[in-house]
Amino acid sequence: MNFPDDVRYTKDHEWVRAKGGQFVVGITDFAQDQLGDVVFVELPDVGDTVKKGESFGVVESTKAVSELFAPVSGKVVEVNDPLTDAPETINEDPYEEGWMIVVQPSDPKEAESLMDAAAYRAFVEEQE
Amino acid sequence: MANPTGWKPSMEKDAEGGPAPGAGGVGAGGATRGLAFEEPLLFERGSSGRSGVSLPPAGDGADPASEIPAALLRPAIDGLPEISELEVVRHFTRLSVWNYGIDTGFYPLGSCTMKYNPKSSEAIARLPGFAQAHPLAPAAMVQGALELMFKLERALSEIAGMDVTALSPAAGAQGELCGLMLIRAWHESHGNPRRKVLIPDTAHGTNPASSALNGYEVVQLASGEDGRLHPETVRAAMDENVAAIMITNPNTLGIFESHIAEIAEIVHAKGGLVYGDGANMNALLGVARPGDMGFDVIQYNLHKTFATPHGGGGPGSGPVAMKASLAPFQPLPIVVQDGAGYRLVTDPRERPRTIGKLREFWGNFGMFARAWALIREYGPEGVAMTGRLAVLNANYVRAKLAGTYHLPYETDSLHEVVFDDRHQKASDVTTMDVAKRLIDHGFHPPTIYFPLVVQGALMIEPTETESKETLDRFVEAMKAIADEARSDAAAVKAAPTKPVRARLDETRAARRPVLRWRPGMKVE
Amino acid sequence: MTLRYHPHTPEDVRAMLDAVGASSLDDLFRSIPARLRLGRPLDLPPAADEITLLAELRALAARNATDHPPFVGAGAYPHHVPPVVDQLLLRGEFFTAYTPYQPEVSQGTLQALFEWQTFVCLLTGLDVANGSMYDGSTAMAEAALLATRTTGRKKIVVSAAVHPEYRKVLATYLRSTGDEIVAVPFGADGRTDLEALARAVDGSTAAVIVGYPSFLGVVDALPEAAAIARKAGALTISVTAEAVALGLLQAPGALGADVAVGTFQSFGNGVSFGGPAPGFFAAKEAHLRQMPGRICGATVDKQGRRGFVLTLSTREQHIRREKATSNICTNAGLAALASTMHLALLGKSGLARLARLNYERAALLREAMGRAGFRPVFSGPAFNERAFDVGDAEAVVARLAKQGIAAGAPLGRWYPDLPAAKGALLCVATEVHSPELVELFARSVKG
Repeated sequence: MNFPDDVRYTKDHEWVRAKGGQFVVGITDFAQDQLGDVVFVELPDVGDTVKKGESFGVVESTKAVSELFAPVSGKVVEVNDPLTDAPETINEDPYEEGWMIVVQPSDPKEAESLMDAAAYRAFVEEQE
Repeated sequence: MANPTGWKPSMEKDAEGGPAPGAGGVGAGGATRGLAFEEPLLFERGSSGRSGVSLPPAGDGADPASEIPAALLRPAIDGLPEISELEVVRHFTRLSVWNYGIDTGFYPLGSCTMKYNPKSSEAIARLPGFAQAHPLAPAAMVQGALELMFKLERALSEIAGMDVTALSPAAGAQGELCGLMLIRAWHESHGNPRRKVLIPDTAHGTNPASSALNGYEVVQLASGEDGRLHPETVRAAMDENVAAIMITNPNTLGIFESHIAEIAEIVHAKGGLVYGDGANMNALLGVARPGDMGFDVIQYNLHKTFATPHGGGGPGSGPVAMKASLAPFQPLPIVVQDGAGYRLVTDPRERPRTIGKLREFWGNFGMFARAWALIREYGPEGVAMTGRLAVLNANYVRAKLAGTYHLPYETDSLHEVVFDDRHQKASDVTTMDVAKRLIDHGFHPPTIYFPLVVQGALMIEPTETESKETLDRFVEAMKAIADEARSDAAAVKAAPTKPVRARLDETRAARRPVLRWRPGMKVE
Repeated sequence: MTLRYHPHTPEDVRAMLDAVGASSLDDLFRSIPARLRLGRPLDLPPAADEITLLAELRALAARNATDHPPFVGAGAYPHHVPPVVDQLLLRGEFFTAYTPYQPEVSQGTLQALFEWQTFVCLLTGLDVANGSMYDGSTAMAEAALLATRTTGRKKIVVSAAVHPEYRKVLATYLRSTGDEIVAVPFGADGRTDLEALARAVDGSTAAVIVGYPSFLGVVDALPEAAAIARKAGALTISVTAEAVALGLLQAPGALGADVAVGTFQSFGNGVSFGGPAPGFFAAKEAHLRQMPGRICGATVDKQGRRGFVLTLSTREQHIRREKATSNICTNAGLAALASTMHLALLGKSGLARLARLNYERAALLREAMGRAGFRPVFSGPAFNERAFDVGDAEAVVARLAKQGIAAGAPLGRWYPDLPAAKGALLCVATEVHSPELVELFARSVKG
């Protein structure tokens, strides 16, 4: 199981990576492993607003549907469209090619309260 | 991340086919080799000009083009098959051989009540007087059908301990929808529809879906460690914004909600109603009645409790039994006595508070005929024995497997028992693997990964129509699989090996949907 | 004598109770509080042996007058179901199987379901179809709900010529959603009034619903209605209760329907006093994820062989629960299988011939009724159903009932404001109504 150091983590198993004042968002290796083969992902449109803790989309395997919760608030500036035709990317490369959206944050400080890799690893181990 | 079931489907990437289980390759349930046939789709066979019907000549009479504009006409449809009657017969005969039905063997799908479908019920439903009766024929011409419906309504009301039963809902889920509409209408008549419905975490998915469709917010209640819903939990959630609680009793763990009377009191005290999901009625038949426990309304599943055929997924029939307080709202039509005969009440002016119609015409009459035939054959003694033997069978299986498979709840089981795969996990064998290996033994697997409160759930409902010998063979198979999980896990994980198809790639089916035939269709 | 469905002997019961550690059957119910137990036999008629049962139910069935084929359709159509369909349908492996949750041992059900879906797509001219609905009326209600979800709008515009039962069901389903239903009248020709439709449809319209053919038997103006809908950004839903019509009429999908619903009762299923029958639901590809009901898809197994599975299940109640597209679980599987078998037998040429035959028989009926002095109420083109002005429709129905003939549906029951409300009798003629029977009927109506 992968817990890269260059991202921060939410309790809902999303990760956030700071990139030039913006935040790239995806789901963690643990999340994709729990879900199984991803068959479908529903993402917002560029220009949509997201709010920390609220649902911004959905990821589906054949037997489960999981909501995606925004780790930070802001405006969606980029969406990983190829995921629609290749949802398996989320399983194969959740932290890089499997990125989902890029958010222009309204309050960058929101990311500070998220877990680092060590804390998230401990959190996940507690779950199992 | 929500995946409470623990079911993570993915293509098995390990062992390529294993040995067939059992001595000489014959499974504990008798499954052996046989001649089955590959059979293409209808649209992939035949040749031009064939047809399998015998009809009078056509084409010399009136010409549609003389009346119907050309843009609204089309020639014979390309792509439709062109095959002879024998080819059609062989096609479906061969397809049927790929299927496993109750008539094939033991089918212990929990909460589905896969009891034997009586053939005499079939013969009765097909009597021309029933099969060819038109729903809009004048009442004088269909008194037989109306009388059957009237009598069935009386019997279903009696069995459930309710005052009246609406026959029209098409299936259990539509029965739930009806029940919630009744509840809503009742609350509206008291000035406030309210906003919430309480639903235990063991509930079937149709329960919250039906609530949402009626504009209610679902509040999920946690069942206790004994698998039961506790009064304190309900008390904490119950307020004047709650329209109803929806309870399945016994619940989907097969456990009787023994606090039901107190729970009903709590809900009623704050002006709420109690809805019963009657999917598990088989356990209560003749022993206890929902109407006597505090339920205000409950739906039946005739295709479960009264053995109307499951037919590959339906049709069902979901009559809704209710207390008198809800009767004014019931959907139309209703069968009432009319002098010495019967008639249908279809005009809302006769029942101004009706919620309206839920489906076309009057109900799945074909299912009414079958259910009534079974009730007539059962009589009161037969109904009462049904529940008792269903519960005996489930408890027998539980006792025999309790050491081998893990029981998530020690609480008493009624007509179904839930195990999980905790003991098998050490060998990396899952509930899914156990289910698939059961097929190689000659059994249809139980319900798996439901209810959601149990990770890796294996829900077994034998029903009363199964003999002790069948249950013994099933137990033998389950034990053999548990042994095999320890000695040769790969063989279990490679199952099933005997049916015409091995495990299918459900991921691929969802990622690249192919939902109909098209010319040149290739699936690789 | 124990019931034949209960194999347990007293010895079996004893041995099993021992294994369980219970002293009696009642002991197994200790989790049910004593005061909740029934404690008396159920008040039901006494058990009947099979001979008594069959005699009693035969007598009951005989009190339904079914010697003559009905001349009424109005949503339940008397057609010839070849005996081979019933015999194939009764194969226990089809009949007694359940929902194909374990695809490896359900390939029969699944492949047949895939074939049903294909038939529905071919007949409706649309891209995707589900594994059946309860019936035509609920399929229509679900289509309306799909339209409101997809467009985000709250108004459904439906032609008054659409089946009145279906419209009542729509109203019931939409009761608590806050959606508005607006009915548009039909003209003297029996077709939807297009000017009234254009006035009713606007930017708040989620869908326009039109019968095809309509309840009045008329082939309604589907292309024109679809154009009006499209212009306003609304979906077009076509409703077909007499599926045989699709063997003659242009596919609704080719005429602008986004969703086509109705029932395939006419194929393989008798009228059975109104149920069960297979509703169908077909749509353009874009609506796939919003479609209710089970869907079967093709895939491969571990050894690369083509097979079938239920798929896209995340739309459904067992996964999405309160967020599901619908709460439907059990559908109309066996009824859909009967239709699939019948359509397989008919095939390309058989279906065209059957449809043509229906049209011709209805034309014969029109001529015979004409000679008897009864004119069609509507001038619009019809398929196999037509309303005739017979003077006093209810009286005709009552009189012919005494002869064991179900004469037709008096339109005045649903359309009291029609100019011909008192006389309008909706009659069907299909392949089961021979030319002689048609002649006899017209003369009987005349009296």
